[in-house]
Amino acid sequence: MTGTLLSLLLIFTQLSILAFGGGNTILPEMQRQVVQVEHWMSAQEFSSLFALSQVAPGPNMMIVPLIGWHVTGLYGLLVSSVGMFLPSSVITGFMLRTWDRYKDRPWRKIVQNGMLPITAGLVASSALLITRVSAGNLLLAGIAAASAILALTTRLHPLWLLGGGALIGLLTQGGV
Amino acid sequence: MSDHSALPDHSRITSACHRPSCRELFLGFLGLGMSAFGGALPLAHRMIVERRRWADEAEFTELLGLCQFLPGGNICNLSIAIGMRARGTRGALSAILGLLAMPSIVVVLLSTLYRHFQNDPHIQHIFFGLAAAAAGLLIRMAIKLALPLRHDPMRIALGLLCFVMIAALRIPLLWTMIVLTPVSIGICLQWDRFLSRRQKQ
Repeated sequence: MTGTLLSLLLIFTQLSILAFGGGNTILPEMQRQVVQVEHWMSAQEFSSLFALSQVAPGPNMMIVPLIGWHVTGLYGLLVSSVGMFLPSSVITGFMLRTWDRYKDRPWRKIVQNGMLPITAGLVASSALLITRVSAGNLLLAGIAAASAILALTTRLHPLWLLGGGALIGLLTQGGV
Repeated sequence: MSDHSALPDHSRITSACHRPSCRELFLGFLGLGMSAFGGALPLAHRMIVERRRWADEAEFTELLGLCQFLPGGNICNLSIAIGMRARGTRGALSAILGLLAMPSIVVVLLSTLYRHFQNDPHIQHIFFGLAAAAAGLLIRMAIKLALPLRHDPMRIALGLLCFVMIAALRIPLLWTMIVLTPVSIGICLQWDRFLSRRQKQ
């Protein structure tokens, strides 16, 4: 179990430092590590955990403690949370003191500007990997498309879309 | 862990603002963590600037800029920044623990419930629909990030390159970032200079 905890810590520490642009950019790497490298769960289970984490309140990274919990229970939850939230927090804490010096430098804009295509590519990868598993038939693909379109074009709260998807799933028996 | 609140670095909260205690930080972010569904930023602004006056508009914007620049979730980093400015390391710890406490309990409860009932076909169907809708929200996020880049072929190419490396080739994120970050920043900078020079001529 110590080995598993250590792996969890290492994986999420690395993801914490690489998480430029927020939680959705690191989903593909998280899935690669958890599913392909460590074989802790199937791609299907990973997508299920992602869906569960979307229903929970709070930051959009709640899949992280959930993966730890799924892999080794409470210790896994704690270790994965420390791995994910501590490194980026320490960086933020240190940068806070010197931010006044950097915030108006031209290179900050240049760096942020140049990162935008990468962020877009990473989130598109997340969307593809999760959708491929979660939209396995025509009905589910329709739910995914409808949820994306409604979220883009209306101001509906995401919980309504998740609830609506769940209801359609129940009424149509998952399209099977 | 000592309280660094006496250091001048952290005393930047102006007199018009209220300097929260560790307890207030914990409880404030606990409330935020419980009530923030699908995007915590507007709620965070309402709590920190409007309701509790832990920071004014300018300071909030400045801290958010820092949080968006650095790795990690924006709201997590924001809780660290607000807590750190008010009460040093202990304040930062109080704030982020408050933020994460309830959501962690909720995800564990949800997954326990789901596991317990996952063989019930009704629950399965509900869950399939839910997961598909959740995927849709991710698609929306991808589209929102990609749309502003659509007029620039160079940025589209860079985004596609990243997409292929991560989604199709499954190259580890670390290597992708080490290679692609400097490339993308450098190319965007030179490309924009080239475009503005051409426009002037």
